Amino acid sequence: MSLRIKNIFNNKSKKLATFTTGGDPDLETSIKIIETIINNKVDIVEIGMPFSDPMADGPTIQLSSNRSIMKGTSLNDIFKISSHIRKYKEDIPIILMGYYNVIFHFGIKNFVNKCVESGIDGLIIVDLQPEEDSDLYDKLKLQNINLIRLITPTTDKERLKLILNNASGFLYYVTITGITGQHSANMEELKKSINLIKSFSNLPIMAGFGIKDANDVKKICQIADGAVVGSSIVKIIEQNLSNKNKILELVDKFTKNLISGTKL
Amino acid sequence: MKTKNSYKQLPDEKGYFGKFGGRYVSETLMPLILEVEKEYNKIKNDNQFQNELKYYLKNYIGRPSPLLFAERITENLGGPKIYFKRDELNHTGAHKINNCMGQILLAKRMGKKRIIAETGAGQHGVATATVCALFGLPCIIYMGEKDIKRQSPNVFRMKLLGAEIRSVSTGSKSLKDAMNEALRDWVTNVRNTFYIIGTAAGPHPYPAMVRDFQSIIGKEVREQIIKAENKLPNLLMACIGGGSNAIGLFHEFLDDKDVEMIGIEAAGHGLNSSKHAASLTGGEPGVLHGNKTYLLQSNEGQIEEAHSISAGLDYPGIGPEHSYLFEEKRIAYMSATDAEAIEAFQYCCKLEGIIPALEPAHALAVLIKIAKNYSKDNIIIMNMCGRGDKDIFTVAEELKIKL
Repeated sequence: MSLRIKNIFNNKSKKLATFTTGGDPDLETSIKIIETIINNKVDIVEIGMPFSDPMADGPTIQLSSNRSIMKGTSLNDIFKISSHIRKYKEDIPIILMGYYNVIFHFGIKNFVNKCVESGIDGLIIVDLQPEEDSDLYDKLKLQNINLIRLITPTTDKERLKLILNNASGFLYYVTITGITGQHSANMEELKKSINLIKSFSNLPIMAGFGIKDANDVKKICQIADGAVVGSSIVKIIEQNLSNKNKILELVDKFTKNLISGTKL
Repeated sequence: MKTKNSYKQLPDEKGYFGKFGGRYVSETLMPLILEVEKEYNKIKNDNQFQNELKYYLKNYIGRPSPLLFAERITENLGGPKIYFKRDELNHTGAHKINNCMGQILLAKRMGKKRIIAETGAGQHGVATATVCALFGLPCIIYMGEKDIKRQSPNVFRMKLLGAEIRSVSTGSKSLKDAMNEALRDWVTNVRNTFYIIGTAAGPHPYPAMVRDFQSIIGKEVREQIIKAENKLPNLLMACIGGGSNAIGLFHEFLDDKDVEMIGIEAAGHGLNSSKHAASLTGGEPGVLHGNKTYLLQSNEGQIEEAHSISAGLDYPGIGPEHSYLFEEKRIAYMSATDAEAIEAFQYCCKLEGIIPALEPAHALAVLIKIAKNYSKDNIIIMNMCGRGDKDIFTVAEELKIKL
């Protein structure tokens, strides 16, 4: 397991992870946004690798992905961002999140090498389930990089066992059946699902999808080990494209607020 | 891998045709897709299901579709005997409904209460809306904004049939993006919704299931040509977007090693331009819409926009079985440009009195070119997979004729 991920979960405090698309609105600002987030003591940063056809994402992240591609963001640029963030903050876990084609096309071996070079701790690949992930998993494991597995409200007990077999780092629980940035989860159902997973695994569980503000973070943190917020941050970028300083200012304010949701 | 001397045993249990296919979807969809596979495996050998399907194929769709000896085209080309498999005579005017009928019967059996589908040319949308009306299920069709404009007659037909059309304005605003939106809907409404995918692509078991429902085309052809000529054809031809009509015709003959096959992709403005839809000749292997297959993509693995005058071929991917048969060299893949298709379209109208859809017009364009390589005692069968009523506005515009 990645040491950084392991260390972060060494204490019982609730965790906050943020998602932003790498290269949105541009390379430099994208780095500054993540630095701003880190300055507010966020626990984990997820960097999105833009893809032309993000099937699991709602309009906000679709547009963000598209903006980044239009700016010419390459996978090598994403690794530049990661390397920079790694230098900026030695101990923060960095997770790359995205879709399989970008990695497959880059070449799995090449991709894993670049992950090692740029200090990546984990990967979340939305369209790659245990049935198909062994090529990537085997190479990541040799480098102690975690392939973070996704569990959803439709995952049954049988699949849960399959997913937990080889799972490492933490588990990502998708709180709703749906895409990113939409409605919020039903807390009663969420509680049942998290309890079920906990009865099979000791891994920490981060919950994501539809978590919009500090209030949502607070609710989620009463049930899971932490919350992931993406679309709400990306929305700040979308609404302030002409004023990059304002983006940083608002992200700073918003992250502070989100963090307050983790203090129960 | 293929069993000894057979191409017809694929996919394997993980849904692979060689190295193509598989299941690349969100975890949310996995349990449902596994359930679809389980139910599909059951109905394959279920007499009650198969008899019900047969009943509707015959009485509702009008199968078997005729196999026509195209006399005037044969005479005009002066070489091999040309036959058309007349799947454009099916109810709703294309081969698409063969598959929709099979899938909706499966959806009903699984107790699903809501149907979604994507459409490009609108033929699959119309076919889905039709079977939904027949069985009284609500139907939502995702269609790219660009396609809604160029296929307005089909949009109106779908509305008449009671379907709700959702316009997709993301990305290239055509078939690929409609499929993205349909997948987003499915993931959101996974528990009550069945997704009727229109082509032989997507996560396993869709490529195999769609192929099986379409393979009625090739099975009928075998009987019909033996009856008419007492021998097998030398060459089979069909156009390819995702490739469902082509695999439907070809699959039955894959192990007949003397039967040659050509799939025709859309070359748009030409293969050397960036505006075409020839995934095999101009693409590389990748992962999109649930399967590993040949895709048009950039150096960064971003999916590129396809282009074809025919909305039904305007897709940057292709079914995984075609990718496999391409690499195995069992099927040859060629292409025809927009201009060549328009020419073949008019040729067919004048010589045979058949207004073909722009999709099979691509296949015909290549047929016209290569017929001279075959002798008079050879037989070529082309799948006339759709009729061209939907395309008359596009063709008129191309010919600069005001309607």
